[in-house]
Amino acid sequence: MDYSDIQTIEHDVLVVGAGGAGIRAAIECADKGLSTGIISKSLLGKAHTVMAEGGIAASLGNVDSRDNWKIHFRDTMRGGKFLNQWRMAELHAKHAPDRVRELEEWGAVFDRTDKGLISQRNFGGHRYPRLAHVGDRTGLEIIRTLQDFCVHQSIATHMECTGLDLVLDGDKVSGLVGYWRDTGRFVLFKTKAIILATGGGGKAWKVTSNSWEYTGDGLGMAYRAGAELIDMEFTQFHPTGMVWPPSVKGILVTEGVRGDGGILLNSEGKRFMFNYIPEKFASETADTEEEASRWLEGDKEARRPPELLTRDVVARAIKKEVEAGRGSPNGGVFLDIASRRPAAFIKKKLPSMYHQFKELAEIDITEEPMEVGPTLHYFMGGIRVNSDSQQTNVPGLFACGECAGGMHGANRLGGNSLSDLLVFGKLAGDGAANYINSLTDQLDCSNEEVSKIIKAATDILNREEGKNPYLVHEELQSILQTYVSIVRTGEELASGLEKLQALKADINEVFAHASAQYNPGWNEALDLKNLIITAEAVTRAALIREESRGAHTRLDFAGERVEGLEYNIVIKKTESGMHAEKIQRDDPPKELANIAFASLKELEGENLGA
Amino acid sequence: MERNFKIWRGDAEKGEFKNYAVKLEQGMVVLDAIHRIQVEHANDLAVRWNCKAGKCGSCSVEINGRPKLACMTRMNEFSPEEVITVQPMKTFPVIKDLVTDVSWNYEQNKMIPPFKPRKKKNGIDHVMYQQDVERIQEFRKCIECYLCQDVCHVLRDQDKKEKFVGPRFMIRLASLEMHPLDIDDRIPKIKNDFGSGMCNITRCCTDVCPEHIQITDNGIIPLKERVVDRFYDPVRWIYNKLFGNGAKQE
Repeated sequence: MDYSDIQTIEHDVLVVGAGGAGIRAAIECADKGLSTGIISKSLLGKAHTVMAEGGIAASLGNVDSRDNWKIHFRDTMRGGKFLNQWRMAELHAKHAPDRVRELEEWGAVFDRTDKGLISQRNFGGHRYPRLAHVGDRTGLEIIRTLQDFCVHQSIATHMECTGLDLVLDGDKVSGLVGYWRDTGRFVLFKTKAIILATGGGGKAWKVTSNSWEYTGDGLGMAYRAGAELIDMEFTQFHPTGMVWPPSVKGILVTEGVRGDGGILLNSEGKRFMFNYIPEKFASETADTEEEASRWLEGDKEARRPPELLTRDVVARAIKKEVEAGRGSPNGGVFLDIASRRPAAFIKKKLPSMYHQFKELAEIDITEEPMEVGPTLHYFMGGIRVNSDSQQTNVPGLFACGECAGGMHGANRLGGNSLSDLLVFGKLAGDGAANYINSLTDQLDCSNEEVSKIIKAATDILNREEGKNPYLVHEELQSILQTYVSIVRTGEELASGLEKLQALKADINEVFAHASAQYNPGWNEALDLKNLIITAEAVTRAALIREESRGAHTRLDFAGERVEGLEYNIVIKKTESGMHAEKIQRDDPPKELANIAFASLKELEGENLGA
Repeated sequence: MERNFKIWRGDAEKGEFKNYAVKLEQGMVVLDAIHRIQVEHANDLAVRWNCKAGKCGSCSVEINGRPKLACMTRMNEFSPEEVITVQPMKTFPVIKDLVTDVSWNYEQNKMIPPFKPRKKKNGIDHVMYQQDVERIQEFRKCIECYLCQDVCHVLRDQDKKEKFVGPRFMIRLASLEMHPLDIDDRIPKIKNDFGSGMCNITRCCTDVCPEHIQITDNGIIPLKERVVDRFYDPVRWIYNKLFGNGAKQE
C-alpha cells in the first residue's frame, strides 16, 4: 500500500489526548507559534478530567497564609514516600499557583473566600487548605475553561480520532497513524514532535473509576517506539468508590467528602481510621475524636483527622476492616457526612455527590451514610521523561499528565493531579517548541512503517472468525483484579503474569464484526494491544519491588525497606520482550532535601531553603 | 429478569429498530443494558459514553421518546412489561446507531466572542465575591450533553440552526455576560447573530436539563431583557443617538 492514498495532515506538533494536560500543552505550542493539532478519542470536553471533583492543589495561601510552595513540595514528597523525581515535585509546587491564576484569567470561576479570593479546601495529605475548587465539579470547570480558551488559539482539534502507533524516522519521531472513529478511515499526521497526554490505564481493572478511554494508549505507543516506562508498580486505589449497586461499582466518591468533614465508620459504628495512623504521620494527625472535631471547627492548633491520611493508607485500612468482617452490607465501609454537616452545606459543597447517590443508588447523603470501597483510580507511573523538558528518550516524543511518570512517586496526593496536568502540560509545550527550534533534519514517514500499522488494524476486521474483544477485555480485567490488586504477593503476581502471557494469544486473534465505521467492537480490539502492555508492565514492576511503599503493598514483603529508596523501576522493550530493571536514583539536591525533611515550623516561617 | 429493548440501528442513509433482550442486574441503568447488548448481541452497536456518572454529557439519547442521559436513567423507572425504545437525538444528523454528528454545536461555540477580563486591581488576584459568582456558577454546571438543543423547537422542528444558537449557547453567553470580570459586550450579537428573539420560552430545554439549570428563567429571559433594554427602550434609544452606544458597564 502506498500512503499517498491515505489522508495526510501536517502539523509541527501533534498532541495526543484532550484532557487537561493535552489542551494545556496545545495552548502552549500555539502560543509559541507552532502549527498545532490535537486528537482525542472522544469529543472535546469529555476527557476524564471532568471526573476530577475535589479540586486543584496550589499553595495560594488564601485560606491559611502559612502555606507556601515548600510545604506543598514537602507534602508531595512525603505522600510519594520520597520516590518522586525531586525536580518534578519542585517544579510542580512552584508553578501550580500561576497555573491556577491563569485559569481564572481565562474565565474559570472558582468558589470564593469571604475576602473575594479563590477559596481552598482541605484534602488528604495536604497540610493546609490548598485545593482551589468549584463545589465538587472542579474538573469540569477546568476542562471547559481550557476548551473555550483553546478554540480561539488557532489549534486544529481533531475529535474522535484515535492514535494507533507512532512513526519514526531513524531514532526521531516523525508522525502518527490514527483513524477517525466516525468513518473508520485512516489518517497520517506528519509532525516534528508529538506530545502524549493520553491518561492512564485504569480499564485494566474490573473495579475502576476510569472510563472506556483509559486503556494505556500512550504507554503502549511509547513503549513500542522504544520509550521507557517508570514506577509502573504504583497504581492508586482511591479509597472511596461506590460499591452499590453493582452496575456503578467503582465510580468515584470525592475525597472532598472527607475534606469537608466526612468520617469513615465500620459496621460497629466505630471510626476505625484512628487505628491505622502510620508512625511517620502520627505527630501531625489527631489521635482523639475530640481533637479531630476541633480541627473541623477551624481550631488551628488541632491536628488533622485520620480520615485525611494519604489515599494508600486509607484504602488499605478499608480493605482490612472489610476482611475482618466489619464491613458494610455490600462489601465496603460507611462514609458519613450526614451526621456531621447540615443538609444545606452538603448540597452546596458536594452537589454532584448528592445528585450521584440520589439518582444511581437512591440514597440521600444528607440523611444516610454512603457505602464506599477502594477503586482503581490513577497511575503514578508512566512514560519516563526529562523533568524539565518532558521529553522521553525518543527524540521528539514528549509526555505529560497521567501518562507520564515520576512526579508523584509511590502515591499521589488528591488535588495534585489537576495541577500536574497544567504545570507539565505547559512545560511539555515549551519542551516541544525548544526541540523543534533546534531541529535541523527533514523528517519523513516511510511507506513501509505506515502500511504495517494499517495492516495490523485491518486484520482484525478481515478475519473470518475469532475472539470476542469484549470478553477478552473482561478476562484481562479479572486477571488484574485478582492477581495485581491493592495487596499483592510474589506468587500471585507471577501467576498473573503467566495468565497475561497466555492472554496475548487471544488478543492476537480478536475479531470485529461489520465495517470499520463507528465500530466500538473494533475500537475495543485495537485498544487491547495497549492495555496488555500496560497490564504486563504493572505486573512486572510490582513483582521486582520487594517491599511495601505507598500504593504498592506486598504481603510477602511488609514495610518500607531502606534499599527501596535507592531505585526506580524502569520498563523497556527489548528483543526478547518486556524487560524490567532497577535504576539507581540520584541523590537529591541539598536544598530540596533540606525542605523535604524540615519541620513545619521552619517552613512556615519561610526561613529555610531556596 | 429479562427486559426487551428496541434500539435504532443504521446510519445516515437508512436504519430500523431492532429488538434485543437483556438480563437485568440490580441497579442497572439504560447504558448498562446497551453495553450488555454490545457484548452479547451486537459488538458493533455504536453509542457514545464516558464517565457513566452524569458528569460528561456524552451518552445523550432519546429513551421512550424523552431526551435523556443513558447513564442516569435507571431501569426501575420503567414498568416491568414496558419495552424500552432507544434512538439517537433527532435534532442532529445520525452517524451510526445511537451516535449523532454534534459538530454544529462546536461551531456555534467558536463564534461566541471569548471571555475578556478586566485588569487585576492589585496585579496578583482578582477579587470577586461568592454572591456575585453564584448565578454564573449555575450556568457553568452545563455538561454539554446537548439535550436542550435536541428538544428546542427552533432547532428540532423548525430546523432554524442558522438563526438560533440554541439554549446551550444562550447559557454560555449568559455566563459570559454576567461574569463579574468580563468587559466585552455581546448584546448586539446576541440579538443579531445568536437569535435571542427566536426562543419563545416554552421551557422544554429547562425540563430536560440533567443538571437542573434554570436555562429559560435565569439565562435566556435575562438576556432577552438586556436586548430589549438596549434596542427597544425609547429613553435608551434617544441617549444612544445623542451619546453613542455605550459598552457594557463594569
